[in-house]
Order: sequence, then structure tokens, then C-alpha cells
Amino acid sequence: MGAAAKTAEPLDRFSLPDAAGHFGPYGGVFVPETLMTALEELGAAYAASKADPAFQTELRQQLRDYAGRPTPLYFAEQLTRHCGGARIYLKREDLLHTGAHKINNALGQALLARRMGKRRIIAETGAGQHGVATAAVCAKFGFECVIYMGAVDMERQALNVFRMRLMGAEVRGVEAGQKTLKEAINEAMRDWVTNVRTTHYILGTAYGAHPYPMMVRDFHRVIGLEAREQILAQEKRLPDELISCVGGGSNAIGLFFEFLEDLAVRLVGVEAGGRGIRPGEHAARFAGGRLGVLQGCKTFLLQNADGQIDQTHSVSAGLDYAAVGPEHAFYRDRGRIEFEYATDDEVLEVFRLCSRLEGIIPALESTHALAYAMKRARELGPDRVIVVNLSGRGDKDVQQVERMLKKQT
Amino acid sequence: MDRIAQAFARAGAQNRAAFVAYLCAGDPDFDTSLAACRTVLACGVDLLELGVPFSDPLADGLTNQLAAQRALAAGMTCARVFELVRALRSDHPDTPIVFYTYYNLVFTHGVDAYVRAARAAGVDGLLTLDLPPEEAGEVLAAGQAHDLKTVFIVAPTTPDSRIPKITAAATGFIYYVSREGVTGVRAEMAGGIPEAVTRIRAHTTLPVVVGFGISRREQVSQVARSADGVVVGSALVNCIQENLGHPARMAARLGAVASDLAAGTAR
Ligand SMILES: Cc1ncc(COP(=O)(O)O)c(C=O)c1O
Repeated sequence: MGAAAKTAEPLDRFSLPDAAGHFGPYGGVFVPETLMTALEELGAAYAASKADPAFQTELRQQLRDYAGRPTPLYFAEQLTRHCGGARIYLKREDLLHTGAHKINNALGQALLARRMGKRRIIAETGAGQHGVATAAVCAKFGFECVIYMGAVDMERQALNVFRMRLMGAEVRGVEAGQKTLKEAINEAMRDWVTNVRTTHYILGTAYGAHPYPMMVRDFHRVIGLEAREQILAQEKRLPDELISCVGGGSNAIGLFFEFLEDLAVRLVGVEAGGRGIRPGEHAARFAGGRLGVLQGCKTFLLQNADGQIDQTHSVSAGLDYAAVGPEHAFYRDRGRIEFEYATDDEVLEVFRLCSRLEGIIPALESTHALAYAMKRARELGPDRVIVVNLSGRGDKDVQQVERMLKKQT
Repeated sequence: MDRIAQAFARAGAQNRAAFVAYLCAGDPDFDTSLAACRTVLACGVDLLELGVPFSDPLADGLTNQLAAQRALAAGMTCARVFELVRALRSDHPDTPIVFYTYYNLVFTHGVDAYVRAARAAGVDGLLTLDLPPEEAGEVLAAGQAHDLKTVFIVAPTTPDSRIPKITAAATGFIYYVSREGVTGVRAEMAGGIPEAVTRIRAHTTLPVVVGFGISRREQVSQVARSADGVVVGSALVNCIQENLGHPARMAARLGAVASDLAAGTAR
């Protein structure tokens, strides 16, 4: 099965997922029976909203006036000079209201919840960015809002906990397991199973049972649609490479989707290498994982030989997760999206470098993409163009980084 | 007749519902768990539902989550769960044993290989919490090939139109979860159980058991009037949790609670 044979199949980005939510062997619907009907209803409501011009108009308006779209595509002159290679552009999702790309999806799903008549919203959050985005839209639409967050993440992203509470959300700490994103999703699923008739679950990444991976992807497609137009206007051509960090995979698929069929554009997802690729020390699913089923979907998982899910580690709470979105797994098999990882140490260094050189403090998640992009830029000539998804801003991370730097010295 | 069908037939002939007991395999450790299973089996249990401990049991409430954590911490693995079943089979050749599990624990070993191994160890049926019939093709084929029965869930949120899909996939029995939510003891019984059982019976001749939130003898009695079987889990798991480190007290308590609940199955 050579790469040439794989790319010879025509790629139709709209052909996936199939009606049952499969991206080839990945995806699907693996949930308790109690949720099956809710997922079917959600799929139907989503399809109707997609075809409804009034819904789409309102979403576009809200993305513009509330979230702050379009976001700029910024030529990072200092980073480019520093690396001395390819031209580096940053897609500035960090400038969005609430501080990350997460608001694109939260707004879309909130409008959908309103349409379905559900006035109680639950969500999980890791870094807190999805929680903050969800809390914001719930405040705005007058929904009750409960956010599940691992106790460890509440500590390392304390600023975001306060922001959520300030906007009226109830933040419930989760003490099970390793107290991070995976456990928060388990707890949100338990809430949903219990309150499914009144509650909509705003899942925060391109993961989970169908229709979530498709729906979340679609709400983030705007990133790539804008970026494509912007780079064509600024560089008069398509970029050579697109680089995004990958937790569940929403900011990455959002940027990549419009370029999937432009086979000359290299697409790279960057996972969390943590302290190195050893069990329990990282969250690079494609470096240390294999096929499995977790939290609604079949995909690459970090697990032991017996199917128990491994612990994970990353300096960034938003990438600290044992599974990856099914669409990424599919396009990796096809050789269309490649995956790399960045370690905690590399990320900390680039976090400081980007802050100092560009006056932009990136989220630790996004810094993973940046760390690989800088490495890559050095390998490429100055005639090449790289677009990095700066998925979020790093305000939430400064206290944690300060603590870590103190420990280092 | 297979062991599952026989157990329901025996209970029916005695004009009572079958008593289905849930315990987590390996909670709090292998030996104590084996003793706990033997204790409840000696106290009127017709069918044992063995929870296979998983790191991420998203359909379970706190009681069962903690039980799984204890079992995994004590070194429970897939191989050890099979060993537990083989040990039980040596003195309980006729009692049906059904696994209550999550799909990754099956899938990761290869579905066919896992089902074959489970059957060889003496397992009679498989209930996979996060596997709807739509995704169960491999499990159904393996179940048929190796004569392992499948169990599927109907929920209060399941519309009538979906029930035939579920009953068509099941070969052992149907499990009606009496409420939206996760496992765990509840003070109040959910409503609408007899109606739900009737709705399900319109599509199948398989036994229908009812579970989730049932913990007291009166509740068992009430459900036994309409269902073929009554499942009690967390109330038994609590007997283990509350007597950790006191094996004699644990056995006495488990035996007393199981006997009391078993007495509630009479119609
Ligand atoms: C700023 C930022 N980027 C990226 C991620 C990772 O999520 P995803 O892979 O869905 O984009 C997060 C998650 O919390 C985040 O906050």
C-alpha cells in the first residue's frame, strides 16, 4: 500500500462521514442506548439548520459581531526572520472573543440548542477555553450552564474557572482518575445520560459519537475558508504547509478542511509529546496509540495491552487527552494529514520566544503548532509559505508558566 | 436449552422473577471477589452479571466506578477475569454468567478471539454498555459462531420504532434500564416499568429484565410483577465497599442483603 496508490484515489472532502458517522474504519456511534435517540435528533436538527438560510445568516452575524470574525492572517515577520527560512503566517484565532477558536463551535451549537428547545447546556473543558466559550454563549442566550472540568485542570487553568463562574456557569470539578479532560468528558456524558430530555451537550472538539465530529468540524470550517482567501490575497498563491495543534482535532480540521483536496499543500497536525514518548508521559496518539473505542467513537487511543486507557501528560491541558478525532485518523491513513509532536520543553521555549519576538502570548496548545512550524521553517527556503493556526491566546497559561520557570531556575 | 434460558425457565416455573446480581470482577481483589460471588450465588441468585472493570466506565455511577478502580488497582486484567469465571464454574456449573462490559475491552483483543475465549472460560452472555446494535455486527457474528448470547439495552428514551432493531440483535435477554441515568442506588423507583416491559414483549419472546436504581426488597417485588428478571447491582457492591478489610463481616452482609432481595422476587 504505497503512498502513490493511496493518493491515486480521488479525495472528496464532502464524502465523509457516511450516514452512520464513519470515516472509513473510524468514527461511528458507541454510546449507551439512552443517548441513541438524542444523537439521532441532534443529527436531524443539525442537518435542518445547515439547510436553513436564516440559521446560517444568524450564525454568520453572531460570528462577526459577537465572536469577532474574520480573524486576521498575520505575517509574523520577527519569527520568520528569527528562523531564517519559510515565511510564517499566523491565523489569529487568539483574537476571538473568549480567547480561542472554541467560540466558533460554541456559538453554532448554542444556536442549535435554542432551535431544539433545550435550555440546559453542559460541556467538558480541559484548558478551560471551551468552557469559557460555552459559558459566554449560555450567558448571552439565557441558558443554564454546567461545565465539567478535571480538578487538576481547574488548578492549572484557574483564571478560566473564574471567568466561567463570572459569566454564570456552574463549574463542577471532577476528582476521578487523573482529573483531566478525559474524566471531565466521562462526567459530562453521565450528566447527559441522566438529563438527556432537557439538556444539550456542547462537546468541545471534533470527537465523540456522530454527529459531533462532523458538526464541530463544520462550525470550524470558517477558519480555513478565511485563511484560504487571505493567503491568496496576500501571497497570491496557496501556502506550502498548514500547521495546527491537535487535541481532539477541532482547530486543525477547521483550518485543514478547505485545503484537503489541494494535494500540494502539506497538512501537519502537532500532538503533545509531553516529557517524551513513553506510556503515561505524553498525549501523542499517533506516536504511541492504536485503534480502540472511547467516549463514543472508534479511533487511535493511548491504551495498554488490555484495553485500559493510559494516563496522559502534557504541559497543555487542552492537548492532554488519550484519543484523537476520527477524521484525523482517516486522513493520516491516506497520507493526507501528517502528524508530528512537540515536547513540553520545546513548547515552553517557544512560548517565551513568540511572546518576546512578536508581542503575542500564544496558548500552550497553539504553541505546539508554533514549535514545529519554527523547526520546519528552518528547513525550508524563504520562498516557502507556512500558515500556523494560532488557536488561542496564552493569558490563561501565564501563571502556570511562571511557576514552571521558577522551578527550572 | 442454554444456561440463560434455563435459569429464566426455572424461576418462571416457581412463579417468581429471576434474581440477577451484579458484582464487579476483582473488587476489591481477586480472592475476595471470588468469595463474594460465591456468597451471593449461595443466597438465591439466578444469574450473575459480572462487571469487567474499565478505566472509563461512563455509564456507571460512583459506586461502580469505585469498584472498578479497586479491581484495577488490585491487578485485575482480562485474563484474571476469565480465571475468576473458571473458578466459579467449578462449583456452579449451571448458573449463567453474563459479562457487563465496555466495548474497548472486547475490541482490543479482537472481537472473535475475545468471544471465543470468554465462551471457553464459561461465560454465557455479553452486555456491552456502549455498543448499540448498529455497531454490533462483529459481536453478533462472533456470538453466533461461538454460541455466546448477546444482551442489549432498551431505555426509557428508546422509541417504539427502535425496539425491533434491539430485540433482533439480542439472543440472551433484553435489559430494560428503568431510568435515564447511570447505575446507582436511588430512593425512588422509576415509573412506567410495566408499560415498558409490555412494549418490549410485543417484539420478542426473550426474557426482559429490569435494572438501574433497584436496591430494596419492596422495589424488587414491585418490578418482579411485570419483569422476567430483576437486576440489583450497586446495593450489593455497597456491601463490599462498606466492609473493606473485614471479610467475615462482608460475607455476612452480602449474604443477608442478597437473601432479602431474592425473597422479593416471588410473584
Ligand atoms: C487554544 C486551544 N487550542 C487547541 C485546543 C485543542 O483542541 P482541538 O484539538 O479541538 O483544537 C484547545 C483545547 O482546549 C485550546 O484551548
